[in-house]
Amino acid sequence: MKSSMVLVEFLLFPGLLFTAIAGLLTTWVDRKVTALVQMRVGPPLLQPFYDIRKLLIKETCVPEDGAVGLFLLAPLLGLAGVTLASMILWRTLLNVQATFVGDLIVLVYLLVMPALSVMLGSFASRNPLASLGGSREVKLMIAYELPLVLAILVPVIQANSIRLGDLLTAQAPIFSLSGALALLVCIACTQAKLTIVPFDMPEAETELSGGALIEYSGPPLAMFKLTRAMMLFTMPVLLVVLFFGGVVSGPGWLPAVTGFLLWFVLVAVTIVVRNTTPRVCIDQAVRFFWGPVSLVALVAVMLAWLGW
Amino acid sequence: MNRTINALTRSLNVFHLAGSACNNCDIEILDALTPRYDLERFGITLVGSIRHADVLLVSGVFNRKAAIRAMELLEQAPKPYLVLGIGGCPCTGLMFRNSYNWDRPPSDYMNIDAFVPGCPPKPEAIISAVVKVVEGLRSGALVPRCLQDATELAETPEAAGTV
Repeated sequence: MKSSMVLVEFLLFPGLLFTAIAGLLTTWVDRKVTALVQMRVGPPLLQPFYDIRKLLIKETCVPEDGAVGLFLLAPLLGLAGVTLASMILWRTLLNVQATFVGDLIVLVYLLVMPALSVMLGSFASRNPLASLGGSREVKLMIAYELPLVLAILVPVIQANSIRLGDLLTAQAPIFSLSGALALLVCIACTQAKLTIVPFDMPEAETELSGGALIEYSGPPLAMFKLTRAMMLFTMPVLLVVLFFGGVVSGPGWLPAVTGFLLWFVLVAVTIVVRNTTPRVCIDQAVRFFWGPVSLVALVAVMLAWLGW
Repeated sequence: MNRTINALTRSLNVFHLAGSACNNCDIEILDALTPRYDLERFGITLVGSIRHADVLLVSGVFNRKAAIRAMELLEQAPKPYLVLGIGGCPCTGLMFRNSYNWDRPPSDYMNIDAFVPGCPPKPEAIISAVVKVVEGLRSGALVPRCLQDATELAETPEAAGTV
């Protein structure tokens, strides 16, 4: 493939532009459903776009004695990571042949980038509240990565392949006991990976007043918001690909519609959980993920190994 | 319409600064942000950091020490921003204007764009003020004071006589 083609794919479709628009629309769904849960009208459809546009015209404040280079580079890192991840995912979704050995591993690593960028940015800003948010982000990541990777192993074992294309065409793992358990684990981990309630301690508005992103303003903050929106869109897509592979691949419009509905259900679960739970402490979150969630993930892996 | 103003007024993030207020205005501000009034319809949300803010809601009587902090906070706000004085205290000082720790109204050392009088103002009054400010900005009748030449303002707390 020509390099100019790759650039178009990265910047327009299915990379940055497509994922950004889809992500911001997902944010709108999130805000609108939240508003409906609280019995109010909620923001207009284009509100997330207005927010980003407004941040682009604002001044960029740089902390006086922070690490300025890293402070400004960190949001780019996260944005690049999630864009690449979404691009790999959607290339496989559009064309099952466009896959390579180990692209799932690349994807798992790329999806760590947004959390990593928040950490780097918060520590670079040299604000005590931001450092606290950053350290919470580190602990949270250590907590959820183990069960998440274990749960992702289940479809890999069932399809006996580590290529996304093969996972997509294999029989959907959700129809087995191990697949169903792994999906539950993944839903819990997604909530933490997106740092939304009940696992939003890094940004805890009431205690840390914005937390990790407290020093960010203007375009860098817009990049972080965009990254979060794109993650909110991409993570459920990944779950659909991993656990509903056989259902959402194939010719015709039926798999595509099914895939969209499944994606919407996963987003809706995330939003409803966000609106009905309080924030937990960081130690409770670590205990939750290393205790019951990891145990369930381990059981799922063993069941998958035994062919359940 | 100015593109900057259009972008700004469609998504106002509010930061709330209570300068030793008696809490009534603060409660009315929170009241205005509750689901009953649903200001998110107009893109107005409350944020926790001044770096994320577009509107600074100022309430209460700023005594000499609080005034310095308020000026420091205002310096950290990314431009363009608006400052709204909520309640009678930022306007005139009300009954506190003769007390020992007050020497001048906050508009002497802060770029306050609009005042919402009342003790405390009702949420309807606050929303009405925001609507008027937004309309003024869009029609060009009002320019954010942070973008204007601020020569008439005192540059430091010392010069403002608040130390």
